[in-house]
Amino acid sequence: MQRISRPAFKYSEVTPKRDWLNRRQIMAGAGGAALSGLAGLPALAKLNPVKSSYSTDAAPNSLEDITTYNNFYEFGTGKQDPSRNAHTLNTSPWTVKIDGMVDKPGNYGFEDIVRGMTIEERIYRLRCVEAWSMVIPWAGFQLSHLLNRVGVASGAKYVAFETLVRPSEMPGQNSRLLDWPYREGLRLDEAMHPLTILATGIYDEEMPNQNGAPLRLVVPWKYGFKSIKSIVRITLTDKQPLATWNMQNPREYGFYSNVNPAVDHPRWSQASERPIGAGLFAKRKKTLMFNGYGDQVAGLYAGMDLGKHY
Amino acid sequence: MATAASMTMASVAAILNPRLRKFPTWPVYLSLLVPAGVYFYWAVTNQLGADPLQVLERQLGKWTLQLLILTLLVTPLRKWTGISLLKFRRAFGLVAFTYVCLHLLTWLVLDKQFFWDEILRDLYKRPYIIIGMTAFVVLVPLAVTSNNFSIRRLGGAAWNKLHRLAYVAIILGAVHYMMVVKAWPLEPILYVIGCVALVMVRFRWGRIVKSVPRHPKSVPDT
Repeated sequence: MQRISRPAFKYSEVTPKRDWLNRRQIMAGAGGAALSGLAGLPALAKLNPVKSSYSTDAAPNSLEDITTYNNFYEFGTGKQDPSRNAHTLNTSPWTVKIDGMVDKPGNYGFEDIVRGMTIEERIYRLRCVEAWSMVIPWAGFQLSHLLNRVGVASGAKYVAFETLVRPSEMPGQNSRLLDWPYREGLRLDEAMHPLTILATGIYDEEMPNQNGAPLRLVVPWKYGFKSIKSIVRITLTDKQPLATWNMQNPREYGFYSNVNPAVDHPRWSQASERPIGAGLFAKRKKTLMFNGYGDQVAGLYAGMDLGKHY
Repeated sequence: MATAASMTMASVAAILNPRLRKFPTWPVYLSLLVPAGVYFYWAVTNQLGADPLQVLERQLGKWTLQLLILTLLVTPLRKWTGISLLKFRRAFGLVAFTYVCLHLLTWLVLDKQFFWDEILRDLYKRPYIIIGMTAFVVLVPLAVTSNNFSIRRLGGAAWNKLHRLAYVAIILGAVHYMMVVKAWPLEPILYVIGCVALVMVRFRWGRIVKSVPRHPKSVPDT
């Protein structure tokens, strides 16, 4: 069964996104009220991500698996809830507040952030703290490129992130299940690492709402919940930021939350994982230290007791 | 009003009970097992979403809990409405046991895939596994003695006492469910509250029933 629907044309034949956006603005400007329904159609624009040597050669999951099996409690706790409920989220316009210890703080529009960034394809393994895993072809750019552009002030040691709070469009926020806004944080050297990206899409599609549209973090050597979705605020700071799951249960979810088969979750083992998408009889895999990215990132934690700083 | 309502209930029970008594038990066994077959078919043919294993595993566990709740509801239903499903309680209980076996097998074979070192560590380190496994172990003697021979052999009083272990199993089962999930979603909490409430109700009745002389031919009750 073919599960990934591939377009019947080459990427090079597709209108570049910028032209397409412009065309839509022109049409809207021409009083195309009757055409406004078009906005609800799936985006015709493709991201055309550039291949990257940071990608794994493992076969990625289908777009269907990636977009129907999500943890995004803002839209419900069931794995399929986000795909059912996230359509209510309006991501346009989208502004990210960048503040704290930066040279150029401000409210940056999504388009301003993406402008000039080379969108790369980063096929990464994703390991969830719940002991399942996927392989996801993200499209995005290195977080370091954005941080360098806004200028990190000396003395900054951490980067804090926040997800949008908008209960009218994010029904899960009407419950007090987590302490909204969803918050995450990285040490500055983790944030500047070339593997750490801000993703704007999956395959060559713009980021689906249920996966954290329009802009989300991806840190492939950490458990999935560190990769915060639908970011509206990035703060440079000299103090270790709050992180939602760490606040919810510090014994179970540490600030670092690096994938580590030797440090179990207090309630379940992290020694192995179940790959998603290979059906009922999928073979269980041994979990790798730093999710297999140890060669690139182990140095960040040299001399640290990772049993203590889990 | 209350008497009118209870009289209506009594007449419903009067009509229903003779029919229920005549109804054979095998269709009950069969129909309660159908969902497992359907879900297994859906899981194998990849119709349960990206993670068919988790859906199957969790659903088998939830059905176990639901059937155990059903077995414990038989007596309150009779007290409240006069409608007696006593004839089918063994079916509910034995099918519940079948489901818990399938749940356990799914975990062992399809989920953990005989990673024995991990399984053994789970068995002594993970409270939710320990609690779930205890619930299973507690259910074994109940399933083994769910037959007329065992009732005769043990005698009604001893059999009743033994089968009170169902209360222990159902509470452990609900707690096991609550401990599997992250944070505090509503559904498992409702199961825990429901099961605790049910067991409390049954204990109160247990005391009242004991003080009232029983009909000598009555079937073991608990």
